[in-house]
Amino acid sequence: MADARTDILARIREALKVKAPRPHLRAEPGDPSPSKAGRPWLPDGGETREASLTILAEQLAKLKAVLLRVPDRAAAAKALADLAGAKGWKRVASHSDSLLEEVNAALPCEVWPVSRDFDKRRLEACDAGVTTCECLVAQLGSALVSSRSSGGRALSILPHAHVIVATADQVVPDLADALAKVRAGNGGEMPSMLSFITGPSRTGDIERILVLGAHGPKELHVILIG
Amino acid sequence: MSDPKSIFLKDAAVTSADAPQRAFIRKALGGYYVNRDLQKARYRDWERARDAAAMAKWSAVNDLAANLEKFTANFERNGGKVHWARDAAEAREIILRLVRQAGAKSIVKSKCMTSEEIHLNDALEAEGFGVVESDLGEFIQQLRKEPPYHFVFPCMHVKREAISELFTQHLGTPPTDSPEELTMIARRHLRQMYVDADVGITGANFLVAETGQISITENEGNARLTAALPRVHIALSGIEKVVASLDDLSVLLPMLATAGAGQPMTCYNTFYSGPKRRDEPDGPEEFHLVLLDNSRTRILADPEQRDSLHCIRCGACLNVCPIFKNIGGLAYGTTYQGPIGSVITPHLRGLKQWNHLSGASSLCGACTDACPVRIDLHHHLLHNRRNAAKENPTWFDRIFHRSFLFVTSRPALFSLGGKAFRAFLPLLKKLPVPYMSAWLKTRDLPEAPAVSFRDQWKKGAGRG
Repeated sequence: MADARTDILARIREALKVKAPRPHLRAEPGDPSPSKAGRPWLPDGGETREASLTILAEQLAKLKAVLLRVPDRAAAAKALADLAGAKGWKRVASHSDSLLEEVNAALPCEVWPVSRDFDKRRLEACDAGVTTCECLVAQLGSALVSSRSSGGRALSILPHAHVIVATADQVVPDLADALAKVRAGNGGEMPSMLSFITGPSRTGDIERILVLGAHGPKELHVILIG
Repeated sequence: MSDPKSIFLKDAAVTSADAPQRAFIRKALGGYYVNRDLQKARYRDWERARDAAAMAKWSAVNDLAANLEKFTANFERNGGKVHWARDAAEAREIILRLVRQAGAKSIVKSKCMTSEEIHLNDALEAEGFGVVESDLGEFIQQLRKEPPYHFVFPCMHVKREAISELFTQHLGTPPTDSPEELTMIARRHLRQMYVDADVGITGANFLVAETGQISITENEGNARLTAALPRVHIALSGIEKVVASLDDLSVLLPMLATAGAGQPMTCYNTFYSGPKRRDEPDGPEEFHLVLLDNSRTRILADPEQRDSLHCIRCGACLNVCPIFKNIGGLAYGTTYQGPIGSVITPHLRGLKQWNHLSGASSLCGACTDACPVRIDLHHHLLHNRRNAAKENPTWFDRIFHRSFLFVTSRPALFSLGGKAFRAFLPLLKKLPVPYMSAWLKTRDLPEAPAVSFRDQWKKGAGRG
């Protein structure tokens, strides 16, 4: 008996001998091809940097994420320290990164670095995780984190709050830009995890009523420098 | 009688007569309509975006073999292992073997409809493995020992009082009527599970051929925890989930969220390529993907209905379906409820047993209008009816169609039949009409015209 892979691929090839009609599209003949990822038709991500920043701020507010815009790294460090103080955080987890080193410096609480073979239980007990990101997507209010640039997989999802520290030049208009950027930045090789985070964790499973913090962070703060 | 049709008719009659429950479902969906329209308004051209989404899936499915080969080569180059399963039994065997090899003591699962399709939890539990559903809705349904009501909103039919009672009974927590507090109870309970589990099982929403990544869409963060903390990650996916390129997802991900849940984007859209890398602090040591056929190639072999494999399981067709809103999700008796379920279940489980679902439709076309990838859903329900009448005609189909053909192909007989019908109609209205009693309970037969169209035509009406 042939193996399952050979069998399934043979079934597929046999089935595809008969062509299927193209879907009934709305587009008229001569319209631009819909194959370009639908970009001109999706929600707007802004033509200029300022427009993108405005859309990003609007989207984050609708998602119940908190955006803090600061002029420089020193102001970012102060904003993070104030946030930790106001929330009464006792222990914050973070990862090794030159930007974070400066921004975390003023924190009034313990900063615990995730490293190889860290204790999962200890991370779970942290009040917040502070990470960088690959980029911010204005169009949808998403932050793209990765296992490479955001301290692995758990740091941005396990602690009870998540703080993303980013610079204004990391803001891109739309999803296609974000994907192009991460591809270019990693020399073709993708990190083992890439995640678009769009607002704090949420659920509507009970009577379709929105509750934040289903399993992931209840709070999402974005500190944007510049 | 315990055939699927009899069970369906019995269950649907019960639920559609339950007015308070129907009102509860309508209210639960009320916010969805508002949010969906708000988000759709942000699209510069929703209809063209649907074109792009439909074309992305059409081209992927119509080149499925090449896309799957490319995907598996890239997935394995990234360090994962692909396993192929012809049917549900093979998929269960593969997963059981992987779980045994991992020496698993506890397994945590994130929402995966394909695993419902192959009844994975029953198989794992029969072998003595404890498995916990981590999606809040699935967790509640697992405690209720009930299948999901809606493949995106699994427990949308359950009231908060019932959930509170369920948690008191199983988790020993004090009663509460706050959805927030109930969510936090589940959060606290499940956090330990992720940390302790050896194996995490997830589904996949998309497989990206070009990069070998799998993409998982979720709101709660439970899938991300499931793929981050346990030592082994097993994903289960149907073969039709493959798309050609990462760029396709820049249209499919926002449309999935807007069409299905009225969101700009689902909270977490995560792409996985391989296990933990050397330069990364965490992640699973092993990453397996089980690719399941389970009759999908049968749908593929039908070019007329091949587009039902374009489905991205957003649930929009359920949310707008008048039948779903009246009979509820459980009455279908299927893994996939609503219009898409009624279209594909006859292919997955047999047309003879499941064609009755094609009749559970008002053919209003709301599903087709709502579908972000332009699946011709309501016409496929008609196609299924036609195919069923061809493959397994009932005696009624045979006699009725033959007599209809016999009469309509003979003009004299047709004219005579019309006269007879007009004469007998008033009498017919007084008698119980076989097969039509359910329809006529709430409706009247029309009045017969005094003169037929053919007679009027002969007399010259309408010709001058």
